[in-house]
Amino acid sequence: MLAPIRTRKTPQKLEAAEALLAARPAPEGEARWAREARAAAEARLREMGAPARRDEYWKYTDPAPLLQPAPDAAPAMADDEGPLWAGTDALRLVFVDGVFRPDLSDDPRMEGVEIAPLSEALAADIHWAADLFGRLEAEGQSQVERPLAALNTACAAQGFAIRATGKAARPIDLRYVHEDPRADAMVRNLVRLEPGAELTLLEEGAVAARANMCLEVSLAEGARLHHVRAQGRDHERVGAAHIFALLDAEASFKSFTLTANGRLTRNETVVRLAGDGASAHLAGACVGDGAFLHDDTVFITHDAVGCESRQVFKKVLREGARGVFQGKILVRPGAQKTDGYQLSQGLLLTENAEFDSKPELEIYADDVACSHGSTVGAVDETALFYLRSRGIPADAARNMLVLAFLDEAVAEIEDEALADVVRARVAAWLERRSR
Amino acid sequence: MLEIRNLHVKLEEEDKAILKGVDLTVEAGKVHAIMGPNGSGKSTLSYVLAGREGYEVTEGSVTLLGKDLLEMEPEERAAAGLFLAFQYPVEIPGVGNMTFLRTAYNAQRKARGEPEVSAAEFLKIVREKAKALKIDAEMLKRPVNVGFSGGEKKRNEILQMAVLEPKMCILDETDSGLDVDAMKLVAEGVNALRDAGRAFLVITHYQRLLDHIAPDVVHIMADGRIVKTGGPELALEVERNGYSDILAEVA
Repeated sequence: MLAPIRTRKTPQKLEAAEALLAARPAPEGEARWAREARAAAEARLREMGAPARRDEYWKYTDPAPLLQPAPDAAPAMADDEGPLWAGTDALRLVFVDGVFRPDLSDDPRMEGVEIAPLSEALAADIHWAADLFGRLEAEGQSQVERPLAALNTACAAQGFAIRATGKAARPIDLRYVHEDPRADAMVRNLVRLEPGAELTLLEEGAVAARANMCLEVSLAEGARLHHVRAQGRDHERVGAAHIFALLDAEASFKSFTLTANGRLTRNETVVRLAGDGASAHLAGACVGDGAFLHDDTVFITHDAVGCESRQVFKKVLREGARGVFQGKILVRPGAQKTDGYQLSQGLLLTENAEFDSKPELEIYADDVACSHGSTVGAVDETALFYLRSRGIPADAARNMLVLAFLDEAVAEIEDEALADVVRARVAAWLERRSR
Repeated sequence: MLEIRNLHVKLEEEDKAILKGVDLTVEAGKVHAIMGPNGSGKSTLSYVLAGREGYEVTEGSVTLLGKDLLEMEPEERAAAGLFLAFQYPVEIPGVGNMTFLRTAYNAQRKARGEPEVSAAEFLKIVREKAKALKIDAEMLKRPVNVGFSGGEKKRNEILQMAVLEPKMCILDETDSGLDVDAMKLVAEGVNALRDAGRAFLVITHYQRLLDHIAPDVVHIMADGRIVKTGGPELALEVERNGYSDILAEVA
């Protein structure tokens, strides 16, 4: 039981891992603990090899664009609608092509919150960062290999280390502006919330032509992190993003991701509910058209009593777009009173779209409520006719039904104001596309 | 108001004729009832008039206020003044009842070249009409028909009719699934809308709805045709003797 899934180490996988490491020298000038964490990650990656199509968790998604020496050109889309969180009062930290730009950012100071660029945090003796950096990623490898996350630990030089000791007065907004069509970015963020602390973390933007993003989250007892991310909108961008979260007792992690466009988006979320009564809600809404592949790969481990996890992932796909969902709930021995829920749904607007879904439950406790549902289908013609029969034109009626489909995921955003920003943006996309 | 001439309709998929020459004229200000046994084509007629896909008109014509109805998309028919109260109102999770109603109301106004109304103005319009149908604010907030009882769904249909103020109202088996109290509410809602500029086509299997919505003309439909037309007394005859006597008489 609980046997980890190990991939077959072909010479190609190992060579590809070497190539990934060779392309990005580890950053210099860091503290000893950071150098050790980097070296350990390198060793992990060398041992695992790079992902390959034959690996079980890459069956539906070809990792090649994430491995090739340099990304294909991905022109940045004209930003005619403005950043998503422009109207939200937040402390803004701006990256251009994956590089932090203090000149474009707010002063990173807020009461009860320490905010430091990653390079600073890794150069100093900061015990909380040392306890976090690479640790959750390494633990997240224990059941399923995630080589691109190890690569991020080994090489990422950009990002922020954020630690909150109280309730943050306003959200932190990480805005990733994409300009250079060849930009190849790697960003690592660390978030530690001390007991009872609360923070809203926003992320937005296309980042780069290729992006390897990683977020490690450690929540102490009763801490609450609210994470809302918008990945957009360049058509040709490719990227992999990992979230590793570790929750102590009564902690709460809510994460929502909106994705539009992009040739390849792989979002992996790995959560361990390690303290009694912890709760994780993960949700995603994506809208894809044409050469678009969106992959949500989720692994939630229930490792304590009375924890709750909830997954709601919705994908709207058309004209060749593909959606992938691989979601696992693992309930370890002793994790009684577990409440696990998982929903993944694909809405295919044209016949040539595809949704592959692989829900998994692995349960080693007997007093557990776990449910999962996965569906794929087209727009409900009966509902469409009903709306039209009341005078709503076909395109508007279809958009209403698409929004309604996505709304189950959007409604997972706890803050109504943020949810409304997301709703309005999606409605604008749909309206524009049907014009 | 509504002129149906020699309407022949078949199911697209099965190549099966359902309507075999329906002739019917509904005048403004009148309530016509269509009664008939199951499978006679009553509901098909309502769907064809509303523009549902899956049916092919092989012969005949339908005009609404002189305009060719069959040429129009469903939403154009609605804007032209047609309304179908569904036998089975559709549940639409994720779409709020109020949003749905306002979108429909404004879409129709826009199609007719009239200015759209604001959310606040619209709320005023709806509140009053909802009250008469005993539809509370909670029902307006909920997703369209989701979790509504049979009676609530039918009342919601009548509310849509009251708000959209169509010229030609078709009620398809609106009495099905209703208890006596709900039927009275629905009938009151319909009766309140009766006026000289509006016509109704009430499709029903039983006479009981017609106790509450008094028809001017009653048609009996069988095997895809109107086989007999008369006054309200025809409905009573059906109630007493069933359809077999009438069908034997016209056979």
